[in-house]
Amino acid sequence: MSHAPVMPLEAPATLEWPENVKAEVAEAISRYPVERSAVLPLLWIAQRTWGWVPPAALRLVARSLELPEPEVFGIATFYTMFNLRPVGRHHLQVCMTLSCSLMGSDRLFRHLEQKLGVGHGQTTPDGRFTLRRVECLAACGGGPCMQVGLDYHENLDEAKVDALLEKLK
Amino acid sequence: MSHGPLLFKDIDAPGLTGIETYRKQGGYEALALVLGKKSPAECIDIVKASGLRGRGGAGFPAGLKWSFVPKDSPKPRYIVCNADESEPGTFKDRELMEKNPHLLIEGIILAGYAIGSKTGYIYLRGEFAYVQTIVDRAIAEARAAGLLGDDILGSGFGYQMHTHLGAGAYICGEETALLTSLEGYRGQPRLKPPFPAVEGLYACPTVVNNVETLMNVPHILKHGAQWYRQWGTEKSAGTKVLSVSGPVKRPGNYEIPLGLPLRTLIESPEYCGGMRDGLQVKAVIPGGSSVPMMPASQLDTPLDYESLNAVGTFLGSGGVIVIDDQTCVVDALWNMIRFYQHESCGKCTPCREGTYWMAEVLERIERGEGRETDIGLLEDVADNILGKSFCALGDAAAMPVQGAIKHFRDEFEYHVKHKRCLVNRRRQAVLEVTA
Repeated sequence: MSHAPVMPLEAPATLEWPENVKAEVAEAISRYPVERSAVLPLLWIAQRTWGWVPPAALRLVARSLELPEPEVFGIATFYTMFNLRPVGRHHLQVCMTLSCSLMGSDRLFRHLEQKLGVGHGQTTPDGRFTLRRVECLAACGGGPCMQVGLDYHENLDEAKVDALLEKLK
Repeated sequence: MSHGPLLFKDIDAPGLTGIETYRKQGGYEALALVLGKKSPAECIDIVKASGLRGRGGAGFPAGLKWSFVPKDSPKPRYIVCNADESEPGTFKDRELMEKNPHLLIEGIILAGYAIGSKTGYIYLRGEFAYVQTIVDRAIAEARAAGLLGDDILGSGFGYQMHTHLGAGAYICGEETALLTSLEGYRGQPRLKPPFPAVEGLYACPTVVNNVETLMNVPHILKHGAQWYRQWGTEKSAGTKVLSVSGPVKRPGNYEIPLGLPLRTLIESPEYCGGMRDGLQVKAVIPGGSSVPMMPASQLDTPLDYESLNAVGTFLGSGGVIVIDDQTCVVDALWNMIRFYQHESCGKCTPCREGTYWMAEVLERIERGEGRETDIGLLEDVADNILGKSFCALGDAAAMPVQGAIKHFRDEFEYHVKHKRCLVNRRRQAVLEVTA
């Protein structure tokens, strides 16, 4: 997901599912006896397809499931993992909850802020990184932990994070 | 480092995520022994007799939960596996699914057989997208091998299974919120009763079980209830996976026989091997961040449901967070309450407002701006959440506050009086990040 192409903020007013994901959309809907259960799966497909979930994709999901648009907006804003604004190519999500904090995640986050010159929720001007504080990732035994896109990186310290950032172009 | 006598016994065998290796370990043998050969009622009785209790946090007897599904309901029935694993301090289900997905699949099919269900869903937290890939691959393998589908092993019993990915919401670990989320709504809890066993997914009879609970089922149905009771105590039978985090030498998942003393888990070279150099245990949160912490003086408490209740806390999900003597209790508590403030779903006032205010008051104490009345204020707010919120999330936020003040009141008082921490190795970084 880190390398998903990112649609610019000026997204088109309408979107359609690209040909190559139509089967995936149909399969997701077929998993449930009630169509609206597929709302999260479809939002995920949208995020994978466009790198974030632009308003037109929310409307597309609503149309695909015959749901009122405001319902889908309400759902997408309830869950924290849908990016309703574009994110950088690499989405750095640092766990700040107690176990990771005890192992130094606060210092690590400060290090990232200083190194990247951005704060929580911000993206570097080159569009490479978005930095975010997140709550528990269920990697407490490997704290401090950071999820980059969908990948877990555990037992981090400043040196390991620096080495990791080098690899994330 | 993870190890244990049952679920973790051979979990690092190369290739175990594949069906062939799983079958070589005796996998899917329970299906062959049970489907069409034991009645669903017998299966429920065996699980009841094993003493297996829900491993997700509530500790409710699993067999009893299954028996609540109405026998005469004409509606479809569902097994929903709670793989949301969102309780801070808990990371066992992730490792279990990542390494042994077929055991979960077998457990769900067996649970489905016991309650007369034909479809199961595995609700994974959104961050576990890569785990979903592993489980989906295992489901496809099982389907190809005729272990899922219309007629499993010629028994006439059919079963379908799907994974479902959440998208970041702690509340979806609460079973009714999970079902609401799976139905395609904002993940907010609903009233109980009716309990899910009667009206769950799509208002149909549904059993929601945790990953670890379901993974015990094939072993129990294969080897019997008495065999499972070789581990644990009379009331807390079997094994439990404890996820240990914090500054111990070897954090990780340890599957223990229930009843093992907490001190052994933390200090023994067989488990965590003690604290990191220069640190001592100050407090331990034994069952995920929602349960009251215990002071180091209670380290000899056995890790089982009853013994932990006796000292005023809970085994919960088994997320053991070890807090060291160089850490400020007020700071640690503030961290946890920020979590609940962030995760409160907003449905009910005591939780939505209470978590906010507790976080505000804790922040001002931690920043050295606390007032003499603040400790009483915290207790009052916690008291107005506990038992008065719509679901257990509110209780989960209130109990840690009560536990911390009960055992470490002197630290709170010191903080208010001297406008600083008694001790805190992380203070500067925490205050900078939260500024």
